[in-house]
Amino acid sequence: MAELNLIGRVVGIDLGTTNSLVATMVGEMPFVIPGVDGSNLVPSVVALDPMPTQGGRPTVTVGNSARKALIQTPERVIYSVKRLMGRSIEEINDELKLFPFHLAGDVEAGEIPRIQLGELRFTPPEISAYVLRQLKRNAERFFGAPVTQAVITVPAYFNDAQRQATKDAGRMAGLEVLRLVNEPTAAALAYGLDRAKAGTIAVYDLGGGTFDISILKLRDGIFEVQSTNGDTHLGGDDIDNLLLAIALDEIHAEHGVDLRLHPGAVQAVRKAAIEAKILLSTEKEARFDIELPNGDRYQREIPLDVFELLIEPVLARTAGPCKQALADAGLAPEQIDEVVLVGGSTRIPAVRQLVDDLFHLAARGKKPHTELNPDEVVALGAAVQAGILSGASKSTDEMLLLDVTPLSLGIEALGGTVARIIQRNSTIPASATEHFTTGVDGQTNVAIHVLQGERELAADCRSLARFDLKGIPPMSAGLPRIEVKFLIDADGILHVTAREQRSGKAAEIEVKPTYGLTDEQVEGMILDSFDNAEADFAKRLLIEARNEAETILAAVERAPQSPAWAMLRGEEQAAINAARDRLVQVKQGEDATQIREATLALDQATRRFAELMMEAAVSSALRGKTMESAGEDLAEAVTAPHAMAPAEFK
Amino acid sequence: MFKMLDSAVPVACWSCSIGHNDSTLFCPHCSKIQPPPGGDYFSVFGLDPKLNLDLTELEHEFHRLSRKLHPDRFARALENEKEWSLADTALLNDAYRTLKDPLRRTEYLLKLVGAQTSAGDETKEEKSVRTPADLLEEVFELNMQLEEMRASRKTGEEDPALQASLAQAKVKFEGLLAAVDEDLRDEWQVWDEGGAAARGASQKKMVALLDRRRYLSNLVRDVNEVLGA
Repeated sequence: MAELNLIGRVVGIDLGTTNSLVATMVGEMPFVIPGVDGSNLVPSVVALDPMPTQGGRPTVTVGNSARKALIQTPERVIYSVKRLMGRSIEEINDELKLFPFHLAGDVEAGEIPRIQLGELRFTPPEISAYVLRQLKRNAERFFGAPVTQAVITVPAYFNDAQRQATKDAGRMAGLEVLRLVNEPTAAALAYGLDRAKAGTIAVYDLGGGTFDISILKLRDGIFEVQSTNGDTHLGGDDIDNLLLAIALDEIHAEHGVDLRLHPGAVQAVRKAAIEAKILLSTEKEARFDIELPNGDRYQREIPLDVFELLIEPVLARTAGPCKQALADAGLAPEQIDEVVLVGGSTRIPAVRQLVDDLFHLAARGKKPHTELNPDEVVALGAAVQAGILSGASKSTDEMLLLDVTPLSLGIEALGGTVARIIQRNSTIPASATEHFTTGVDGQTNVAIHVLQGERELAADCRSLARFDLKGIPPMSAGLPRIEVKFLIDADGILHVTAREQRSGKAAEIEVKPTYGLTDEQVEGMILDSFDNAEADFAKRLLIEARNEAETILAAVERAPQSPAWAMLRGEEQAAINAARDRLVQVKQGEDATQIREATLALDQATRRFAELMMEAAVSSALRGKTMESAGEDLAEAVTAPHAMAPAEFK
Repeated sequence: MFKMLDSAVPVACWSCSIGHNDSTLFCPHCSKIQPPPGGDYFSVFGLDPKLNLDLTELEHEFHRLSRKLHPDRFARALENEKEWSLADTALLNDAYRTLKDPLRRTEYLLKLVGAQTSAGDETKEEKSVRTPADLLEEVFELNMQLEEMRASRKTGEEDPALQASLAQAKVKFEGLLAAVDEDLRDEWQVWDEGGAAARGASQKKMVALLDRRRYLSNLVRDVNEVLGA
């Protein structure tokens, strides 16, 4: 494999409800990195091993081994935590009734939920961070080098808090999250690599816990999302729960055993329900055959038609979002050229039938796309986006993803109504500027309540944050003019800045996120969540940054010996020398970010030099030098400063 | 009265220090990305304010600029370049969203030239639009029918005559809406090609047309809601 440079190693991660994957670009194609057990899928399950008798902290396991613990020690295992990300205690109370785990006793309303796991308690982002860290390790094992940057996918319909929680999880796991990409869009990227250059496609993504529909227009490598819709609490889990409820009720009625009192037994039945569901995607019938704690057996046939009747209401809930997405894009079903199916639940024949009906596929002689494994396609797309961001791959060079915000952004106005300032399906980054003033003489604070959602009343929308504009110079009521700028970034996350225009003073904003963690809390959890080996995360970052710096400095030291050096203009040489001196200076310091920035600056300053060196090597090869000696020149360039030389040559 | 792009303020490029006027996304000398320029949405695309736009050309330019400005292209850049890429792309997207839509474009241009519409804050003021005088009688009738229909829907009754009458009203008001759009397009032409006086008169007409349009489209929406329920 090509020598990959340090900064270039950006991985793509699908952080799923049921399974998670990590992928990377290998040459021109995305590739899923398997775990130690050889499996591409890491179950998104986190288990706490039994408390060590010697004291200290119990260790945490992730993935298949954690899933095995689900039946023996269900009170020490968490799964499907994605359904809890970025949500309030009030919102998840109903949901938690279906899970064996529960909230820590002393959390109060308004606080971020903490889940009790054995002796310890964790917030949902901390649990996700354990899954991410496992994926990071798998990738590091694959590369034989540290991985610090990632693209992580999220459901398109995730709101601001859910996105922020995902980003927090990345940070806790020691990953700089370069971009959050919407899952259906990622799937489109994976499919778009080798597909026709123009057309309108719909991505129908029914996963374990979330449903998304996105409609995109493809032209010349630009993937422009037209509209998106979905339901962040709809997926295969809901089907499992239906089967589970039937089995538990029947067992209670027929055998007089209430398994709901035995979490381990419930998990055994859940496992059987999932197996039955999977079987019914290919067979006409499945059956339950479960041994009960009292030695009885619960046996039951599940014919396909009964199953389809049972799940019909769940599947029907995906139709509304599809119709809305079409309407928002201003398209009729016939105008969709291709439909891509994503997510394990799209293996269910009834789902495929529904999609066919919604987009009139069979009538037009079309079939939905399922060529790429629906469990892996999102991770593959994340790797493509990672390739776009690192600029390291030729196949992704011409690609650009233009995504939209799934929900409208609004401000609470008088009377509890919502004034919309950024409409849903606006291409992101998107911004809006609003002006506020005071209502009372001498007022120095103005409170702003920001909401996300489509409903008319603030009470029906999702509260994002309350902003307190402070330090307004005292003036008569209505005189101050405070300009507030709302900006949704490329990750779909909101940023707010404010300025009092009459005094020209930047107003101080105090942000109180309605749900979620403060920066300080996240920082605290980074330290909390790390094992002793990785306890000093900052130190590790610093060491990595210094290593990168030394690599590039060594290459720059050798640069004047290259014939290409003489081809640079005087000011170009001076710029390189200045950037080198700067890096040498900050490398002595303790600030990893500064070192990294200085490294990048030097890298940029030497870009043309690297190109010249490459050209010289290539043309000398063409002039009849043996390929081998040209190869040596090239190798010199390639192994030299990291991004100074594109890695495609080897 | 028409505010031309006051782009003449010279600023120095942060990277090469050579001065340039501030209505540029990239330094004309060293090609580095610059902070968001001060001009209007039209100037982002290098256009003069006009109401008739070639949408294919606009989309093409949007894609071309997106490729150059998008934060994805600056993942490895310096912090200030990242920040400006974000701000510039937001500006580009806001501009494209406004200009590609005929109504938003018209409203934006009218606001730019200082003509007042009630559109500025759509959600806040849409309810305060007054009924156009020529429609008073019909609207009164229609609202009665809508109330009746809602009431009978609640009790589960069907009233085919009422339903037919509403469907008829829907066709009529949709026709009126299309007529307004037609008139607006005519005014685009007048404005784009007219001198100061013609533009002034045209702006007044467009303000009135937009108000009428907003009123009609709310009405059609209400009828559709009741019929579709």
